[in-house]
Amino acid sequence: MAYSDKLLDHYENPRNVGTLDKDDPSVGTGLVGAPACGDVMRLQIRVSPEGVIEDARFKTFGCGSAIASSSLATEWIKGKNIDEAASIKNSQIAEELSLPPVKIHCSVLAEDAIKSAIEDYKAKRAARLALDASPAEAPTAATAPASL
Amino acid sequence: MALKFPIYMDNHATTPLDKRVLEAMLPYFTQDFGNAASRTHAYGWHAEAAVEDSRETIADYIGAESGKEIVFTSGATESDNLAIKGVAEYYKGKGNHIITTTIEHKAVLDSCKRLEKEGYTVTYVNAGPDGLVNPADIEAAITDKTILVSVMLANNEVGTIQPIGEIGAITRKRGVLFHCDAVQGFGKTPFDVQRMNVDLASLTAHKIYGPKGVGALYVRRSKPRVRLVAQMDGGGHERGNRSGTLNVPGIVGFAKAVSIFKQEGVAEADRIRGLRDRLHGAINKELDSVFLNGHPEKRLPGNLNLSFSFVEGEGLMMAIKDVAVSSGSACTSASLEPSYVLRSMGLDEELAHSSIRFGLGRFNTEEEVDYVAELVIGKVKRLRELSPLYEMHQQGIDIKSIQWAAH
Repeated sequence: MAYSDKLLDHYENPRNVGTLDKDDPSVGTGLVGAPACGDVMRLQIRVSPEGVIEDARFKTFGCGSAIASSSLATEWIKGKNIDEAASIKNSQIAEELSLPPVKIHCSVLAEDAIKSAIEDYKAKRAARLALDASPAEAPTAATAPASL
Repeated sequence: MALKFPIYMDNHATTPLDKRVLEAMLPYFTQDFGNAASRTHAYGWHAEAAVEDSRETIADYIGAESGKEIVFTSGATESDNLAIKGVAEYYKGKGNHIITTTIEHKAVLDSCKRLEKEGYTVTYVNAGPDGLVNPADIEAAITDKTILVSVMLANNEVGTIQPIGEIGAITRKRGVLFHCDAVQGFGKTPFDVQRMNVDLASLTAHKIYGPKGVGALYVRRSKPRVRLVAQMDGGGHERGNRSGTLNVPGIVGFAKAVSIFKQEGVAEADRIRGLRDRLHGAINKELDSVFLNGHPEKRLPGNLNLSFSFVEGEGLMMAIKDVAVSSGSACTSASLEPSYVLRSMGLDEELAHSSIRFGLGRFNTEEEVDYVAELVIGKVKRLRELSPLYEMHQQGIDIKSIQWAAH
C-alpha cells in the first residue's frame, strides 16, 4: 500500500507520545477501539480553567495509519478550546493523511478518541462541581478506581 | 558481503528462481521451443522428451510409481481445483461428502465451498491450538458418503507439518480417496505418496526455487486407480486430465528445481533450520511477551511465525520495511479480518493481529538473520513505547479484564 509522506512522517516521528496523570482533575482520557479489532487509541488532554487544551498525549496500538491519525489528532487539538476540538471530523484527518479507503476507520477512531477524552474531562469537571456544591461530603472522590 | 534491501524473508509466498534452474530452462524458450504435442517433427519430439524426463524426475522424488501419474498444471491452485472438483464430479454416484480442515489454503477451501453450492456436503475439521490436525478427528468425520479427504502437508502460515501418513492409513483402511496439498512441505519435509497412502497430491514449482506458472497434480494409477473429470476442455493433453499446451520451459525448470532438492534438500533444511533458530533465539533473548504460533518442532525448517504481543502486525511491518515478511494482521487484507488460520487454532484475536511470519529460504544468510533480529527487536521496543496496551501490561492491568467497545 502506498502511503502519503505526511502519514509516514507522523508514523516515523509521532508527535505527543506519552501519558498524562489520569487522576489529575484537569486531564481527560479517551480510550477507544479494542485489541481484538487490531487498534486501541488512548488520547489524553490537559485543559486549562478557561477550557483550552494545553497539552495532548497519545499512545496507540495499531497499524501505521492508526498511529499517524492519533498523532495528527493530538497536534490539531493542542491550543484549541474543547468545543473547537470536539468539532474535528474524521474526514479532515483522512484527507490530511490521504488515508486509503480501507484505513478510513483509523480516522474515525481518532475522532472518537478526541470526543471521548473531552467527555471524560467534562464528566470529571461536573462531578467536581457537584462535590463543591455539597461541602458536607468528604473530598476523597479522586481515589475512585479508574478504568484505565 | 553487502546486504541487499529489502531482505527477502517471505519464502512461503514464493521463492526466487535458482540460477541453475534458469539455465536449464533457457534452451526451451528459443531453441527447443516445440510444442510437446507436435508429433510430426523434431521440435515436437525434443519438447516431448524433455517433458517426459521431467515427469519421471518429479514422480520419482515423491515416490510415485510412474511419470504417468503426474499431470502438469498451471500451478497449485489449478491442481487443488482439479483434484477436488474432478474427484467430486467423477465419484458423485458413490457419495457426496468431503472432509477437509479449516487451515487449508483458499484454493482447497473455496473449491469445497463451490461444491457445497452444488449440493455436496463438506466437513471442516479444526486444527488444534498447536496448528496440527488430529487424525482421529478426520476418522470420526468419515461417513459412508465420504468420497474424499483433503489435508495439506504443511501449513503456509504457521508451517506445521501434518500427520499425512497417519491420515493416509485411515483413508486407505476406510476406502476413501486422500488428496494432499503438498505445496508448502514438498522438498522441505519427507513426502512419499506410497508410504503415506496419498492418492492425489498438489505440487508447485515456485515454492522450491522454480518458475511461477507451473505445477502438477499427482494422480494415483493403481491400488486404487483414481479417476477425475477434467475441468478444462480442449485438446485432451495429459491423458485427458488437463487440456492445454504444456509449458515446456516451466516443466523443465520444475524438474531441475526438484533434482536440486534431491541432491541438497536434507543439508539445506538443516542449514535453514539453524538460521531460523538463530533468529528466534535472538528475538527471545531481548523481548518479552513474544509467542511462537504453531507446534515448536513439527514445523517447516524455514518457518517462524511469531506474535509480538501489544504491537500490531501491520504497524510493525511498516517499521521493518527493510525486510519482506507477511502478517496475519487484519490490516494486511482487504477483509479486515485477521488470519483465519490463526483464529481457527483458537489464538486470541489480539495475538492474531500481532503476528509476523518469517519465511527463511535457500538464499538467506547468517548476516541477514542478525540484521533482521536487531531491527525487529529495536522496532518492537519502539512500538511498545507507543502502545497503551504495553503500558497497561507493565502496570499489571489485565487487558482482558477491560470492557472494550468493539467497532
